[in-house]
Amino acid sequence: MIAIINGKRRKLDVHPMKRLLDVLREDCGLTGTKEGCGEGECGACTVLVDGVAVDSCLVPAAQADGCAIVTIEGVARARSGRALQDAFVKLGGAQCGICTPGMIVAALPLKAGASLDEIKTALAGNLCRCTGYLSIFRSVQAGLRPSREALRPTRKTRVKGKRANAR
Amino acid sequence: MLADDPTLTPIAGCTDVLVGLHFGTLDKRRFIDLWPLDDLRGIRLVQDKPKGLSPHARTGGDKPSGLSIRIGALATFTDIIKSALVQRRVPMLVAAAREVGGAQIQNRGTLGGNIANASPAGDTLPVLSAANARIVLRSASGERVVPFNDFYTGYRTSVRQPSELIAAIEIPPIDGRQWWRKVGTRRAQAISKVMMAGVRGPEVRVAIGSVAPTVLHASAAAAVLSRGGSIADAQAALRSEIAPIDDIRSTGDYRRQVAENLLAVFWKETR
Amino acid sequence: MGRAVGANVRRKDGDAKVTGAAKYIDDISFPGMIFGATIRSTIPHGEIAARHVKLPGGFVVADYHDIPGKNYVALIDPDQPCLAEHIVRHVAEPILLVGHADRPRLIGLEQQVSFEYLERAPIYDPEASDTCFKRISIDKGDLDRGFAEADVVFEGEYRTGHQEQLYIETNGVIAVPGDEQMTVYGSLQCPYYVHKALVVLLGLPPGRVRVVQTETGGGFGGKEEYPSMLACHAAILARKAGRPVKMIYDRVEDLLATTKRHPSIIRHRTGVTRGGRITAMDVEVVMDGGAYATLSAVVLSRGVIHASGPYRCDHIRIRGRAMLTHTPPNGAFRGFGAPQTQFGIEAHMDRLADEIGIDPVKLRELNALKPGDTTATGQTLGKDASALPVLREAVRRSGFREKRRKWRGTTRGIGLSLFFHGSGFTGGGEVKLASKASLELTARGARILVASTEIGQGTRTMHAQIVADALGVPFDDIDVHEVDTDFVPDSGPTVASRTCTIVGKLLERCARDMRKRLGRLSPADYFKKHGSFTVTSQYEPPPNLLWDDEGYKGDAYGSYAWGCNVVELEVDPATFEVRPINVTAVAEIGKAIHPMMAEGQIEGGTAQGLGYALIEEVVMRDGRMANAQLTNYIIPTPLDAAPMKVVMLERPYAYGPFGAKGVGEMPIDGPAPAVINALRHCGYDVRSIPATPERLMNAPRQKAEGKRQKAG
Repeated sequence: MIAIINGKRRKLDVHPMKRLLDVLREDCGLTGTKEGCGEGECGACTVLVDGVAVDSCLVPAAQADGCAIVTIEGVARARSGRALQDAFVKLGGAQCGICTPGMIVAALPLKAGASLDEIKTALAGNLCRCTGYLSIFRSVQAGLRPSREALRPTRKTRVKGKRANAR
Repeated sequence: MLADDPTLTPIAGCTDVLVGLHFGTLDKRRFIDLWPLDDLRGIRLVQDKPKGLSPHARTGGDKPSGLSIRIGALATFTDIIKSALVQRRVPMLVAAAREVGGAQIQNRGTLGGNIANASPAGDTLPVLSAANARIVLRSASGERVVPFNDFYTGYRTSVRQPSELIAAIEIPPIDGRQWWRKVGTRRAQAISKVMMAGVRGPEVRVAIGSVAPTVLHASAAAAVLSRGGSIADAQAALRSEIAPIDDIRSTGDYRRQVAENLLAVFWKETR
Repeated sequence: MGRAVGANVRRKDGDAKVTGAAKYIDDISFPGMIFGATIRSTIPHGEIAARHVKLPGGFVVADYHDIPGKNYVALIDPDQPCLAEHIVRHVAEPILLVGHADRPRLIGLEQQVSFEYLERAPIYDPEASDTCFKRISIDKGDLDRGFAEADVVFEGEYRTGHQEQLYIETNGVIAVPGDEQMTVYGSLQCPYYVHKALVVLLGLPPGRVRVVQTETGGGFGGKEEYPSMLACHAAILARKAGRPVKMIYDRVEDLLATTKRHPSIIRHRTGVTRGGRITAMDVEVVMDGGAYATLSAVVLSRGVIHASGPYRCDHIRIRGRAMLTHTPPNGAFRGFGAPQTQFGIEAHMDRLADEIGIDPVKLRELNALKPGDTTATGQTLGKDASALPVLREAVRRSGFREKRRKWRGTTRGIGLSLFFHGSGFTGGGEVKLASKASLELTARGARILVASTEIGQGTRTMHAQIVADALGVPFDDIDVHEVDTDFVPDSGPTVASRTCTIVGKLLERCARDMRKRLGRLSPADYFKKHGSFTVTSQYEPPPNLLWDDEGYKGDAYGSYAWGCNVVELEVDPATFEVRPINVTAVAEIGKAIHPMMAEGQIEGGTAQGLGYALIEEVVMRDGRMANAQLTNYIIPTPLDAAPMKVVMLERPYAYGPFGAKGVGEMPIDGPAPAVINALRHCGYDVRSIPATPERLMNAPRQKAEGKRQKAG
C-alpha cells in the first residue's frame, strides 16, 4: 500500500487485511496509536483517514491505500493540534495517557468553538477510565478556543472554591 | 466474481469483520472489498418504480406513490446523519444512525453492512422495517427488489443469494409521524436490549429489534392501533407476537415489559 | 517555600503522553523477541487427566516442569500455582505457555492444544463454600447492652457484584533472560511484588532479578497482584526460549482471566433509639474470594474496618469472612473492600431513617464520628475528623433538602452517602513494610528514587512538588528516577492511598535532611563543591499509633479522608434506565498537593463508582465471565458523564506531607450508596448493585421492609 502518513509518503508491503493499527505500529514504528480492545469499542486506536476519524483496528490496510493518514505523532504539525495537546497537559485531560492519543485525534476534526454537545458526540466512541471525562471535555474546549489565553494554567488553588463545570 | 466463488465474503466498512478475524472467531476466508465502489454510496431520490425490472420481480409491499429515497448500500451512518434528504424524509433513520457506536464507527459502518450482518440488534433494522423499505439486490444477471420485511428468513439468514450484493435501500414516502427509541443502558456505544421504530399515520407501523431472531414487524399490535384499539389491547397483541430471550445483555422479561412500555410511549409521544 | 505544593504545576509525564512519545509495554521491542500466549482451563474445577499438545516446530512450549524454583505466585499465601499441575480451580486458570516469533500464529491454538479433565463439582455461592481464606472479628463494647438501649432493631441485607478495573491498557510484560538472571519490564503498580514473585519462582538471588515499570495505562488495583503472575509466565517462557518474550493480553483474555472486585453480601442489624441515636451495630460481611487467596485477607480487613461507616457507636460487632469459590480470583480494586461495606452501611442508613421516620441527613448528623470519638476498632479520632463538615458542605451545595422535598413522587431522585477511607496500609502493615525512599543530589536539584509507580494519578509530579518545597528549589529542578528495582529502594506498593501520605512523607523527610546537609548552599553549588550524595529515609509510625492484630483493636490507620456524595438522578419509567443528572462530591483530604490532579482523582473515582452502581455487571455463567468483551461489559462513555461539582476541604493531617492524607481510593466509596438512596427516594427499593434496569424493573415499589421488633 501507498499512503501519506503524517505528511510523509510511505510505500509498505503488507497483507491487505492487516489492521491499519498494526501497519502503523509494526511497519511504520508509530506506536503512539494504542490498542485498547480490538473491537472498535474504546477508540484508543483512533486515527484520521482522509480527515475522518476511524478506529484503526477496524480498517484493513487495503482500504487505507492511497489515503492521507494522521496519527498522534502527526498532530503537532498543525497549530490547532498543538493547542489541543497543550490543553490536555494543562487541564488534566491526560492521566494514565493510554486513551489520550485517541481522544486528541478524535477531537481534531472539531471546529474552533465547538459546543460541549458537539465535543461529547465527537468523543462518544472513546473510552477513558481515569478521568470520568470531565477534564477531557475541559481540555478539548480550551484547546479549541481560538485564543491561546484560555490555556494559561490555573495557578490558584481551587480548594473550597466552586468549580465551574462542564455540563 | 461472487457468482464464480460463493465462498467470497463481501466487505465494506469492516466494523464487524476485522473483530472476528482478530480474535480468531471468524475462520480464514477470502474477501471481496466493496469499499471503493463509489456508485454504491450516494443518497438520492428516485422515481418510485425502479427501472429495468420485470414486474414479477417485485413481490409484496405496499404501493407507494411519488418519489422514494434511494440510499446506496455503502452509505455510512455519517452520510445518513448528514443527508438533508434523509433528515427530512426519514428522521427516524437519522436518529437510529446517531446511536450506532461512536463517531468512528458511524464514519465506517454502512447501511448495507448493517443489513447484511443481520444481527437481531442491528440498529437501523427496525427503522427499515417500519418504513416498509425495499432492498435492491444486484448480481451479474441484474437487479431485483425485495421488501425489507421479506428479506430475513431466520436468525442471520436472508433471501440474498451468495451471488448477490446488497446494492441499495429504497424507502418510499412515509405518511405519518416517525418515532424511534433504542434502549441500551448507556448513552453511546450500546448494543441494544430493545429498539422500537414506529410510524403513526393512516396506517400504523411498528417494528422492534432484539426481541426475536430477526427484526420484528409487529403487525398485530400495529393493526390494533390502526383500527383505533386501546393501548392495552395493542400491548396484549404485542405480547403474543414477540419471543424475547435471556442473554448476557438482558432478560426476556425485561425486553417484553419494555417493548410493551415503549409501545405506549410511542403512542403518547406521536399524539 | 510553598511555591509548588498547592499549585497546578505542569505534570511531568504530560508532554510524552499527549504526543504519543510515552512508551507503554506493547510499544517496546527487543532484538530476537518472541511472543507468548497462555493456554487456560476451560472448566471451573477438576483434575487435568490428559494433555494433548500437537504443535509444529517454531513453537516454544512450557508447563510447570519448566519452573526452576517454587510453583506458586508469592504474595500472601503460597496457594496459587503459577501454572496448574494437576488440579484446576477456575475457568481460565493458566496451564501451559506457548511462544512463537510470529504473533498471529498464537491466535486460535485450541485445535492444537487441549486437555481432558476429570470434573469436580464447582461452588459459586460463597456462603455454601467450606473453604475460608480469612475470618476477622471486631468487637467493641457490649452488643447486648447496645441492643437493650435501643427502641428499634432494624435489619437489612445488601449485595454487591464483581467489578472489572478496566484500565484501557491491558496487562502486559516483557521478560528478558540473561545468564542466571532475569529482567522483566511491564505495566504494573508494584515492582517489588513482581520482584518477590520472580525470586521465588526462578530460585534466583534477589540481586539477579530486575523489574522495570514501563508507562502504565491505568491500574486501579488491577495491576497490583496480577502482573506477578504474568511476569512469572513470561519469565518461564523466556528462560526456556533463551530469548526475550513479550506477553500482552488482548481484552477478552484480560477480562476472563484477571482479578475483579470481590462480590459481597453485607448484613446489618442495628439498634437505634426513637430519637435516632445508634446504640448497637451488628454487621456480617461475606466476600467472594474466588479460587485462590491472593489479597482476599487484606481486602476483607479494610472492608470490615469500614463496615460500620463513619459513625459513632459504643457497641459494635463485625464478623467478616472471605470464602473460596470456583471463579477466577478476585483481588485489588480501588477502595479494596471499603466500597462494598460502605455501600452496605449507607444503604442501610437511609432505610433506617425511613424506619424511624427521621430525615437521612439528621440521622447521619446525630451519629457522625467527631474529633475525640472512637471508631469500631477503638481508634480515637483527631482534630481532622471531618464527617460533619463534609456532610454539611454537600447538603448545602447540592440544595439537598429542597430537592428532596420537591422531587418526592416524581421520576427524579436525590440521595446522599457519607463515608471515610483510611490512608495507607491497615494496622501494622506500614510498620511491616518498612518502606524506604531516597533522594539524590543532582547538578540542578535532586532526583527522587522510589518504587512508587505513576499510573496516571500523578505520582511523579506530586512527589516532585513535595520535594521541591521541602528542599526549597523550583519544581522543575526535581527529577524522578525510572522505577527500576536495580536503582530504586522499596518504597512499598502503589496501593492503599499511601503514595502521597506515606511515601510523600518519606520524601519530605529526605528533602529536609538534604536541606540540612546543604547548609547555606544551593544544591547546584553544593554539587559543584562536594559532588552528589543520597539521603534515604525509612518509615516510622507516628507517635502513639498502636495496633493489636490479634484483637483487631487500635489505630487502624494513621489518618482518614472523609467524603460525602449527593447524587441526583432521573429514572425513565418506561425503560427503567437511570441517568445521573448531577453529582456533588465533597472530599476532605488534608491538603491537595496538586488541586487539579486531586480533583481528577475525585472525578474519575466518582465516575467509576457510578458505573459500579448502575451499569457494570460481570455476568458469570458456569464460573466463566460470559460478557468478556468491551461491547458487553459496559463502562460509562463520554455521553454518560454526569456533571459534577467537586469541593475539596483541607484539615491537615499532622503526619502527612504538608498535611496531606490519601485521596486515590476514597472517591469510589460513595457513589453507589448515594445512587441507591436516590433510587429509594424515587420509590425503587433496590438493595444490590449494579442497579441495572432489569433489577429496577423487579424492585419492590414499597418501602421499608426491614424486620422490626421492639428491643427486649
